[in-house]
Amino acid sequence: MTMNGWLQILLFSAVLLAVTKPVGIYVLKVYDGSFRWLAPLERIAYRLCGIDPEEDQHWTRYAASMLIFSAVSMLATYVVLRMQHALPLNPFNRDAVPARQAFETAASFTTNTNWQSYAGETTMSYFSQMTQLAFHNFVSAATGMALAVALVRGIARHSAGRIGNFWTDLVRGTFYLFLPAALVLALLFVQQGVIQNFHQYITATTIEGAKQVLAMGPVASQEAIKQLGTNGGGFFNANSAHPFENPTPWTNFLQMLAIFIIPAGLVYAFGRMVKNQRHAWAIWAAMFILFAGGVTTAYWAEARGNPIHAARGVDVVATATNPGGNMEGKEVRFGIANSALYATVTTDASCGCVNSMHDSFTPIGGMVPLVNMQLGEVIFGGVGAGLYGMLVMVVLTIFIAGLMVGRTPEYLGKKIQSREIRMAMLYALIFPASILLFSAASVVLPMGLKGLNNAGPHGLTEILYAFTSTTANNGSAFAGLTGATYYYNTTLGLATLIGRFAMHVPMLALAGFLAERRVVPESAGTFPVTTPLFVALLISVILIVGALTFFPALALGPVVEHLVMGAGKLF
Amino acid sequence: MATQRRPLFDAPIVRRALVESLVKLNPRHMVRNPVMFVVLIGSVLTTASLARDIITGHGDIGFTLQIALWLWFTVIFANFAEAMAEGRGKAQADSLRKSRTQTTAKRLRDPRDRRSVESVTSSTLRRGDVVLAEPGDIIPGDGEVIQGIASVDESAITGESAPVIRESGGDRSAVTGGTKVLSDYLVISITANPGETFLDRMIALVEGASRQKTPNEIALTILLSGLTIIFLLAVVTLQPFAIYSGVAIGIPVLIALLVCLIPTTIGGLLSAIGIAGMDRMIQQNVIAMSGRAVEAAGDVNTLLLDKTGTITLGNRQAVAFYPVADVTIERMADRAQLASLPDETPEGRSIVILAKEQYGLRARDLGAGESHGAMELVPFSATTRMSGVNVDGIELRKGASDSVAKWVQQNGGTVPREIDSIVERIAREGGTPLVVAERDSDGTRVLGAIYLKDVVKGGMKERFDRLRAMGIRTVMITGDNPLTAASIAREAGVDDFLAEATPEDKMTLIRREQAGGKLVAMTGDGTNDAPALAQADVGVAMNTGTQAAKEAGNMIDLDSNPTKLIEVVEIGKQLLMTRGSLTTFSIANDVAKYFAIIPAMLVVTFPAMQALNIMRLHSPQSAILASVIFNALIIVALIPLALRGVRYRPASASVILRRNLFVYGVGGLVVPFIGIKAIDMALVFLHLV
Repeated sequence: MTMNGWLQILLFSAVLLAVTKPVGIYVLKVYDGSFRWLAPLERIAYRLCGIDPEEDQHWTRYAASMLIFSAVSMLATYVVLRMQHALPLNPFNRDAVPARQAFETAASFTTNTNWQSYAGETTMSYFSQMTQLAFHNFVSAATGMALAVALVRGIARHSAGRIGNFWTDLVRGTFYLFLPAALVLALLFVQQGVIQNFHQYITATTIEGAKQVLAMGPVASQEAIKQLGTNGGGFFNANSAHPFENPTPWTNFLQMLAIFIIPAGLVYAFGRMVKNQRHAWAIWAAMFILFAGGVTTAYWAEARGNPIHAARGVDVVATATNPGGNMEGKEVRFGIANSALYATVTTDASCGCVNSMHDSFTPIGGMVPLVNMQLGEVIFGGVGAGLYGMLVMVVLTIFIAGLMVGRTPEYLGKKIQSREIRMAMLYALIFPASILLFSAASVVLPMGLKGLNNAGPHGLTEILYAFTSTTANNGSAFAGLTGATYYYNTTLGLATLIGRFAMHVPMLALAGFLAERRVVPESAGTFPVTTPLFVALLISVILIVGALTFFPALALGPVVEHLVMGAGKLF
Repeated sequence: MATQRRPLFDAPIVRRALVESLVKLNPRHMVRNPVMFVVLIGSVLTTASLARDIITGHGDIGFTLQIALWLWFTVIFANFAEAMAEGRGKAQADSLRKSRTQTTAKRLRDPRDRRSVESVTSSTLRRGDVVLAEPGDIIPGDGEVIQGIASVDESAITGESAPVIRESGGDRSAVTGGTKVLSDYLVISITANPGETFLDRMIALVEGASRQKTPNEIALTILLSGLTIIFLLAVVTLQPFAIYSGVAIGIPVLIALLVCLIPTTIGGLLSAIGIAGMDRMIQQNVIAMSGRAVEAAGDVNTLLLDKTGTITLGNRQAVAFYPVADVTIERMADRAQLASLPDETPEGRSIVILAKEQYGLRARDLGAGESHGAMELVPFSATTRMSGVNVDGIELRKGASDSVAKWVQQNGGTVPREIDSIVERIAREGGTPLVVAERDSDGTRVLGAIYLKDVVKGGMKERFDRLRAMGIRTVMITGDNPLTAASIAREAGVDDFLAEATPEDKMTLIRREQAGGKLVAMTGDGTNDAPALAQADVGVAMNTGTQAAKEAGNMIDLDSNPTKLIEVVEIGKQLLMTRGSLTTFSIANDVAKYFAIIPAMLVVTFPAMQALNIMRLHSPQSAILASVIFNALIIVALIPLALRGVRYRPASASVILRRNLFVYGVGGLVVPFIGIKAIDMALVFLHLV
């Protein structure tokens, strides 16, 4: 670990803190409808789709709108991928995507997961990339934001279960938040050297004299929304490790910031919406502490490197000319600190883009991204998804600990009783159920084991990581698992759908139930939700519930791998 | 009710609970508690696995046997906790039942004729029957006094030995079956059929026969069930992961892990905590009609307290005389005393005493040597709002200023403006002005005003401060005028007051508070309190009150002490705190159990796992067994806490949270590390592993 590395991590944290409030105010204005400079365009969109933008939807209707929209757009993507050979903008004559993979890809992009079992540059036509995948990058992000805003309305309102209008939330998020932000960021990327063209692929001769085909494409436009919408699906297979996607330290920094900027700002906006800014900052603090813990652990583990290497005389100590530590699978351009930071950020949020190969991290270093996702991606988290996931954890925390102050639990004045707890528990239950059951099946079924490239604990981690990443709608891959099989395309595709829609419905129900409750005024007897103690409590509940659920599986994966590595054995 | 304090582990209760804890193994009972039901299934499976091992001769029979035994103990301990809590109630119920013995009732064939008595057994009485109760008779059933006045010994119900007065009409007309008439006679119209009497209902409540889960208990059960399913997933999927990793884990070990992880501590004690909460109410001589009411008590935001009897002593006392300008204070005192001589109310007596103490006026030295003829008492009535005497051609009146002013004017006198300022000054100081006027041959005139002061009970200000710290607002309800009310409210330290309150005002106030999302608690006894008692979230009816009030409230205070509302709130809070603290403790426990069991499971295949055995437990078997034993014993160890409730001191939520989180959260993390290590050492010492 070097001073330079820590300074970069510190700089990232400081900039994140600085942008939280301004971004939050912008997000607030987008969703409360006070910022509508494209109102005529909005009206046209509503009229075309036959939507009444004034309708305040009951949570059931809100959920139905979201599900219908997602189902239709997923189906459209499936059809396009299956037919891309017959569609325009296919200069390299990419064939139709196989059914299993088209299903998985459609599910994966609709759910903001962007798990890719294919290499983008050799599978997708420009048409597919630009009209379908990029489209989902925007609307799946806007959907996530809409759902979070709906939950916040449920907390803030007393309105007979009405939590806003899905369609206006979707349109406003796309028009005023993601499109402009992506436009600005794409231009910055282009300025830094990210490519944006429809050129023929370039055949280059390497220094060694070998021929290399360099893929081209409209990268910058997709790159911006890939980060801002916490999508993570790369234009190229190498994702943000690719120099055309992520060419400079500045783009690397901007990419990481772009992942966190909207989730962090949303936390601030949440405070304004529920009129308790200190509570929002408490949540922000809890997120930041968990983030800091993750990045510290990952950085420590990677900088420490592999003790087996050290024992063989490999220099793992960082110097001015030697990055030291574990550089396997990392770009020399980014080094250990920025790889550890990027890996933490991308899995804290549900982004899933990578600038290094998580599979090549040390066991503990690789466990950090895995655990980040298993905690429910509530550490700033995916756009929208991070906040609503965190709020469900807050509800559970308050329910568990709230009784200790001698009142039945209430959250920001809303009583939490059996209906709310049932939905919060359902939300908390579906997540480990999907990860653990799919993983358990895969480690014993022959078709699951067939795709595995590593034996022992590392292989277990690869499978666990895959289902964690898809269920958590992250999309980052641990690699080492051949995902393009019938078995994995189907199960991983299902995991993305379960991880999103099966969890959204109870979450929206929770929002609706809370919106039905009347607000109990705060008093000295109210459970405090703004204190450092609350922050500590929230973190403990997230860690204990998360860790207790996955500890047995982790013990047989990265934990045992780490311990055995100490004993000189690798997998 | 006879509230003898029982020791926590009363021998007969323990004996009965031991038997009950086995009876409760009935799956139909167990299924109501999902967490313990899972343990029961685990015990059965482990026992089956043990049987298979014994038949085949494979496996570590001694180890499996111990696991199976301790799993059964876990279930039985939880049942024992519940049975203990119920046992205390049942013991109370038994002593109540004794007072429900068959008695002979004197039924009146003709309600108007006290001689038309026929003897019947009390169990044959039906609603509408009219009975006579004479000195020494046990009142045969709940009823309404329709004729007579008598002193009644209600100690069988309330435990209070001082007799109370029961009379027809008004708010003291309800009598309870099982109480005893001491003097005079009562004619009673029976209002409850046998089996539906107050005593019967009380027995059922105390026994917990009609106990239903409260809303918060249901929610907590859902949370605990959810956690159980999550841990079930973690454990069930561990087996495939283990098979993949080449680790062999036996079924008993997996079940042991599951039972250790699921929240058995709170799951086992949850119903005991609820029952014990109602039991603590009973210790305070308060009967809660439902657990829901006890829970609501903890949530109360606003307390409506009647001024008289709750905040102030029931009686006002005269503290000063304020004569008008042309009357000497001695004359004023003399007339006031004379006017109060036949007045037997405490206020009246205090006027006589004040005059005697301050001006040396002996009650018999009336009018300094004047001789008196027959003294005619003019009693207080609601219409005149005055009382007084007519003696020797002098008419003296004392009463509310406007009533007396009217009387003076009607008799041709004039009311000096000065009296208004006197009256206002007294009111502003929190007193009640009582204007005295005189009519004789010279005319009618106002003499002055007596300052009657409300006496605020000692220690009330401190109690209200404590309530405020807990975030509870106190509102004083009084019939006084706003000036007086404000002054008393200030002196007593309540947050707000409702002056010149009518029952309708009270109702409006409750509705307004509830519309703002607040929970309201109040006490009441009169029939006109009944609607408000029903509307309030916690309505404590006084046992001396009318039947209607008792029906409307969701608690009954047998001591009829309105101040007890504060204790009721505190018990409610303590109940919720106990539940939350043990939930936190239970979940925090899991961390240590993981560090005991997971390395133990995997260390044979992966010796490097020994690094996670941070407690340095002796062997895999000892580690697993120690965890299971700790898990079972902690339930027993916490039974006293569950029954008694966590220590409660009024403070703000932040302070309480910090304290409880430290004790039960941090304690919950640390204690099992120590406990499991100790048990592990004991197991090794005893050669059990």
